[in-house]
Amino acid sequence: MTDDVYHPKADYIGGVLMTATGVFVVLQSMGYDVGSLTRMGPGFYPALVGALLALTGVGIVLRPKRPAVERDADAEPSRPEWRGWFCILAGIAAFIVAAKYAGMLPATFLIVFISAFGDRMNTIKSAAVLALVISVVSTVVFWWALGVQLPLLRWGA
Amino acid sequence: MIQALHDLWGGFGVALMPQNLMWSFFGVLVGNLIGVLPGMGALSAISILLPLTYSLTPVPAILMLAGIYYGSMYGGAIGAILLNLPSHPPHAVTCLDGYPLTQQGKGGVALSITMMASFFAASCGIIVMVFLSPLLVSVATDFGPPELFAIMLLGLLCGATMSRGAALNGIAMALLGLVVGAAGTDVNSGVARFTFGFDELSDKVELVALALGLFGVSDFLCNVNRVKAVGSKTKLSFHDMKPSAAELKQSFFPMLRGTLVGLLFGAMPGTGPTITTFVAYALEKRLSKTPDRFGQGAIEGVAAPEASSHSKTQVDFIPTMSLGIPGDAVMALILGALLIQGIQPGPQLITEHADLFWGLVASFWVGNILLIVLNVPLIGLWVRMLRLPYRYMFPSALFFIAVGVYSTNNSLFEVGEVLVFGVAGAVLLKLNFPVAPILLGYVLGPMLEENFRRALIISRGDLSVFLSHPISAVVLAICAGILLLQLFLAVRGPRVPDRAGRQPHNLPSAEPVADHQKILGTHS
Repeated sequence: MTDDVYHPKADYIGGVLMTATGVFVVLQSMGYDVGSLTRMGPGFYPALVGALLALTGVGIVLRPKRPAVERDADAEPSRPEWRGWFCILAGIAAFIVAAKYAGMLPATFLIVFISAFGDRMNTIKSAAVLALVISVVSTVVFWWALGVQLPLLRWGA
Repeated sequence: MIQALHDLWGGFGVALMPQNLMWSFFGVLVGNLIGVLPGMGALSAISILLPLTYSLTPVPAILMLAGIYYGSMYGGAIGAILLNLPSHPPHAVTCLDGYPLTQQGKGGVALSITMMASFFAASCGIIVMVFLSPLLVSVATDFGPPELFAIMLLGLLCGATMSRGAALNGIAMALLGLVVGAAGTDVNSGVARFTFGFDELSDKVELVALALGLFGVSDFLCNVNRVKAVGSKTKLSFHDMKPSAAELKQSFFPMLRGTLVGLLFGAMPGTGPTITTFVAYALEKRLSKTPDRFGQGAIEGVAAPEASSHSKTQVDFIPTMSLGIPGDAVMALILGALLIQGIQPGPQLITEHADLFWGLVASFWVGNILLIVLNVPLIGLWVRMLRLPYRYMFPSALFFIAVGVYSTNNSLFEVGEVLVFGVAGAVLLKLNFPVAPILLGYVLGPMLEENFRRALIISRGDLSVFLSHPISAVVLAICAGILLLQLFLAVRGPRVPDRAGRQPHNLPSAEPVADHQKILGTHS
């Protein structure tokens, strides 16, 4: 239970984030017809939920602070793992782009290969081997056996 | 009552049909396999395999999903007992005594006791389900929009406030889920809400994309480079799994009490399995003549919580199937799967889809027997699976997530949704928000809105309609009571932590548990 687990500003950031989201939802809902209780428009219910969310956010900011011990159970270490984040997200993005323009096989290879680098222990070799193994699984299980509607290889959209 | 038994008999006929049996077996096997993997709980297992069910007819689809559910629960117990790794939080408490037992060379015994406890508890849960569901249905057929709205609100509120962490954070997440659920075309007016110009969003946010983003990708984002390969020399064979008569005797009453705790908590909507297992454990420790043994490898400390989580699982199905109101995130997913299959859960489900309902009930028994049959020979394989390094696991899982979401609607846009929800989920987890209530809100949201609007159309805009119907008035009063209680707890201010590192409410010492939950995912 070291200090880096405890994030003193978490309540503040989280509360403000919720209030901002709530206000945004209310404003958006105003753009749809809100209507009245008797004759509700499509904007009525989202506006109501958005307002409640904004209020909850205020409550989170204002509530008495909880002691650190109680936080341990649900707190995540606060130092973000940038490398992991970047590789995982880039891997998914690569899957989308490659699936659209090059087909399932390149997409499979790329998502596994790129995201594997998110872990510091993986080397180019281990990532490539893993990506190849999963590519085979992908071809056999998903393309051949399950018939996923995505060509193995294609050029252009 | 005789009718229920008769229907159950018919259910066995359905569950034992070769095709259904095969999918149930497949579900249990794969659920068990995924549940064993570090960081993968029932939620991730069900979401990854949900797309597979689209090509199936409703009965095998739901049997398979249920199989995945209890298969992955049992898989989680294996990780907890053998490696001190709770793959998902309900098993955290099993680690406390399960792992010490493994260290004493009794891991196999702990596993077989777990198996017996889950079978026994599931059986009790099933019996309750058989007799209670028709009863609930006979009441529920009279429910109109105000009653349904009130009950859904209660389920949502319980799900939000009873997960771990601060109640207000849970409520915020449930509300966020309602917002996500409102995105798409409004059924009454045809207006596209919150689509931001994306045509793909007019058909609502995809359930699988939301679930996999929140419970798959965000978990990987939080765990990458934090979960290390787990070295374990554990070797297990069938021979080690035979408990002695004394151990059986020792664990019988804890098993019974754990089952009762689970049944009781299952009847309360929204109470997650985590809190159930903790209460079962605390109860055993309190009742024990030798409480010191707990944490040192007391077999009771394994039997009671595992029994409680399994009986609760069964009872959880009752409101989901007969009212169409899910009690927690897993049930919300199963409900979503039913809706995708074109089946509207609710009072009419038992009569209109009798084969599905009773087949499901019977398959619980069949599935639990399959689980035992599977685990005796395969335990060695699970032990090896447990040692699969995280650095190989998560890139492969990412691929399964991407292709699974794509195959749902053949849409790459929805893979993009996973990306967005993954980032959002990870950020929210970092800010101490529980993400499970989002899914609950997402699934309940459209029904909540529909019943809210209907109730007010019937009453011509008079809000008192919710209070003039006795059932909805009582349920709303309970909701208000929960809110007031939470308000009281919040205003009373920070609780002084117990020096022994205990959590409030006399829960068992949470230190080792907290340690793991910091490393692994934080869903309850």
